[in-house]
Amino acid sequence: MRRLTKIAAASAVLSLALTACANDSDTAAEDDLCGGGGDGPNVGLAYDVGGRGDQSFNDAAARGMEQAKEELGATCTEAQAQDGEPESAREDRLRTLAEDGHDPIIGTGFAYSLAVDAVAPDFPDTSFGVVDGFDPTGDEANDNVAYLGFAENEGSFLVGVAAALKTQTDHVGFVGGVHNDLIKKFEAGYTAGVEAVNPDITVDVTYIEEEDLSGFADPAGGKAAAAAMYENGADIVYHASGGSGSGVFDAAVEAGDDMWAIGVDSDQYLTASDDQKEHILTSMLKRVDTATFNEIKSVADDKPLSSYQSYDLAADGVGYSTSGGYIDDIKDQIDEWAEKIKSGEVEVPSTVK
Amino acid sequence: MTPLRKAVGSLVAPLVAVVAAMLITSVVVALSGSSPMEFWQIIFEPPADRVYVNIVNQSSMIFLSALAAAIGFRMNLFNIGVEGQYQMASYVSAVVVGAAFVPGPLNVVLGLVVAVVTGALWAGIAGVLKVTRGVSEVISTIMLNAIAGTLVGYFMSTYGIRTGNARQTATIPESSRVPGFTPFLERDGAIWSLVLIAVLAGIAFSFVLNRTRFGFDLRATGMSETAAVASGVKVSRMIVISMLISGGIAGLIWMPAFFGSAYSYGTAYQAGLGFTGIAVALLGRNRPLGIMFGALLFAFLNEQSNRLTLNSDISQNVVLITQGVIVLAVVVAYEVVRRRQAAAEQRAVTQKLQAEPRGSGTGPSDTTEVKA
Repeated sequence: MRRLTKIAAASAVLSLALTACANDSDTAAEDDLCGGGGDGPNVGLAYDVGGRGDQSFNDAAARGMEQAKEELGATCTEAQAQDGEPESAREDRLRTLAEDGHDPIIGTGFAYSLAVDAVAPDFPDTSFGVVDGFDPTGDEANDNVAYLGFAENEGSFLVGVAAALKTQTDHVGFVGGVHNDLIKKFEAGYTAGVEAVNPDITVDVTYIEEEDLSGFADPAGGKAAAAAMYENGADIVYHASGGSGSGVFDAAVEAGDDMWAIGVDSDQYLTASDDQKEHILTSMLKRVDTATFNEIKSVADDKPLSSYQSYDLAADGVGYSTSGGYIDDIKDQIDEWAEKIKSGEVEVPSTVK
Repeated sequence: MTPLRKAVGSLVAPLVAVVAAMLITSVVVALSGSSPMEFWQIIFEPPADRVYVNIVNQSSMIFLSALAAAIGFRMNLFNIGVEGQYQMASYVSAVVVGAAFVPGPLNVVLGLVVAVVTGALWAGIAGVLKVTRGVSEVISTIMLNAIAGTLVGYFMSTYGIRTGNARQTATIPESSRVPGFTPFLERDGAIWSLVLIAVLAGIAFSFVLNRTRFGFDLRATGMSETAAVASGVKVSRMIVISMLISGGIAGLIWMPAFFGSAYSYGTAYQAGLGFTGIAVALLGRNRPLGIMFGALLFAFLNEQSNRLTLNSDISQNVVLITQGVIVLAVVVAYEVVRRRQAAAEQRAVTQKLQAEPRGSGTGPSDTTEVKA
């Protein structure tokens, strides 16, 4: 009994400590995003799991905020979601931001949908924005909520084209953070893009977590998944796994020359380490920054956005990056596909076959 | 040992632990370049009304989780699979209740029964594996956690109802909801009625363990398996039954939230309570009253730490360090207290033996205290 207690105590403490380490990605203390603005909107910015410093999804929202600070004189308060937190914690976070007079309040990540739906009616004069969000009730949508949606499948299609044109082994991979419908949308677009160029190319697909959102903050999991793909013969791996992506890049570095990774959401070449840079072919851009900025601007202009806002390829809501210059030779071909998507000639599937 | 000294002894350990945790946390905060004063100011700030509500709700779930772990510990079993057990139970129960086979309140009862049975069966797998194949329950329950997560994830993405980017089970009918009461304003939220499950489970736990034959057998097996076997306890049967009970309690963990505010399994499902429960069970020395204080403390720290991300640049994760140190310090402190008590008892016995003339001593009968 006493021995068991000691073992149990050690493992309980270890698991708490590991959680603390895994989430230790916030660089909030290092650079001050919120201070130094003018008399623009006072933004409440609630990040998803992973938070600022994930060099991907949440950082894209932060860039939108930064632009708003420069152009609109906006100020802000940041807050971050915790892995495994209760619904009430998200609600409490939004309520506190609203009570402190923030407007607009932006939740990054669809996990905020329920909380916004519960909080928004109590603050009718405050505007809310939810990146990737949706109205969970489906009946009476709140007028003061904007759902900022993206055509991730279209952007993923383009990097799929890039992968198909660049692969030497006719074998590419996809690492998803969590096996949910949103990430399956990335997979669907990517696979369709690869197939559009060459249907004979093999696409390996792995998800880090089936359901648990920790899959977006698990670099070790991302690395393991990608390393297996490189070993199996893939030479390009696209990740849609938020903060876990740095592990995918590390796997590419370790796999050696001519092994590539494709970033997601932000232009990840810009934030990668020097040895990772040589392996980041391109990044699928999901312009969360544009959406965040537009939401803040709409409040500054006194015409707050409401209901569903669609950021697709035609609206420059998604795209791909060229930093590093590794895909300059195929840029024309990718842009041709982009035009076809914009004109409606090519329709990109949003669900996995 | 007088009862008073014993009581003081069992209070000293947790107090020392909390003080140690506060000191170490302060050092960590200071090392990371922030102000410990600011940290404690935010943590000990009077909570907002809705935070009180959340603390009560959260501690009821943490309590149930800790109780599930505690019954295993009392029997010398490490059920690390509470996490998977309550996930399976929550999902299956949500599906059954959402299908609304029976009307109104009956549906609630059905949901609770389904949750208990599912949790028990999932834990039972580990119990059966242990007695028939000798598989350590630590290994099997961890693996069952992973299997539960993957299974539920698969079922959700295959059969779940898609709303926006998320999936959920069917929302349960109005008549099957158990909302609770609102001590403050409507917007501050309600204390779920099913929080009472935690209270009832705590009372039942205490009664079964201390007042029944089964409870005695369980404690006896936990303290010394060989002694239990010698006195006729069927250990393998005890293992399976305790795993079933542990899993059954685990099945109830998310039920207050499910019937009180979530109404479906989906993004509102709260993962991670199973591991919190293990820590709180240790903190509470596997006894309901201790666990209750532990659950309140952990819920308080969790809820108050939400303010950290808003009002300071201190990471919320610092609270995890506080919680870890509390658990560690409690275990160490109890061990120290136990050794000192044992030494004191030994001294008392020796003194007694020396004082009494030879021949009359009938053995140190006053030292056979039951301790777990």
